[in-house]
Amino acid sequence: MRRAVIALQAVSFALAIAPAAAVVAPKPTTHTIVIDKMKFGAVPASVRVGDIILWINKDLFRHTATARDKSFHIDLQPKQSGRTRVTKAGAIPFYCVYHPGMKGQLNVAE
Amino acid sequence: MISRVSLACAAALLALSGAAMAHGGPHPTDAEIAHIAYTAGQIDIAAGKQALAKSRDKAVRAFAEAMVRDHAAVNDQALALVKKLGVRPAENATSTALSTQAEAKMRSLAALEGAAFDKAYLDNEVAYHRTVNGALKDTLIPAAHNRELKALLETGLTLFREHQLHAEQIAKEQR
Repeated sequence: MRRAVIALQAVSFALAIAPAAAVVAPKPTTHTIVIDKMKFGAVPASVRVGDIILWINKDLFRHTATARDKSFHIDLQPKQSGRTRVTKAGAIPFYCVYHPGMKGQLNVAE
Repeated sequence: MISRVSLACAAALLALSGAAMAHGGPHPTDAEIAHIAYTAGQIDIAAGKQALAKSRDKAVRAFAEAMVRDHAAVNDQALALVKKLGVRPAENATSTALSTQAEAKMRSLAALEGAAFDKAYLDNEVAYHRTVNGALKDTLIPAAHNRELKALLETGLTLFREHQLHAEQIAKEQR
């Protein structure tokens, strides 16, 4: 019985803390970048630190999206998608390690 | 020795472009084009597998893996397309010449080891993609009748141009 009460208290504490955290940091936005025909598609504007990039590989070929500064890297089979998180501000050039001619750049605000 | 190898390379290249021009003719059929493109892909897959069996260089191996994977992906699409279209790829003088020259090239590469192999493999990848890309652009794509075949050849050309640049880049870094 006592254990159940503690557990309930813990849950309500967790519920109380969640909205407070949301007030401090704005909810991260998910941006999409499509990879197709040996190219990275349009790179979204207004990317902020903490945002998520959803990479959609629509191509016939395996590709990566790899930051030059190694702050993100994702390896995608054909027709596969995946997410990376933006961890720092500034200009972040990225490329595909298998096809180094494929390039793009994120411009990330604080 | 080196000059003999590069002479052999030059001769093979000249023969290849000559073959593409003369025997493929100005008007190869879609069935012939499909066979040439598929054969060209299989040749580079075989070259990549040879490199994976022989090379210990990380960059060369990663490149060879990408060649095997990418060319297999294009050729899978090509097989699916010819099946869908009911086209039977037709062997022809150009595809036969490609195979004959590739076998000779593989034999000469087989005799090399270590850095000498890596260099010869990369140099050949640059030259081979350049030749195939020239044939795609000037002969095969303009001659293709079927729209889907033309589109797949164009996809191939975009990919193989990137392969050529990649090979050039690694070859430069190895120097």
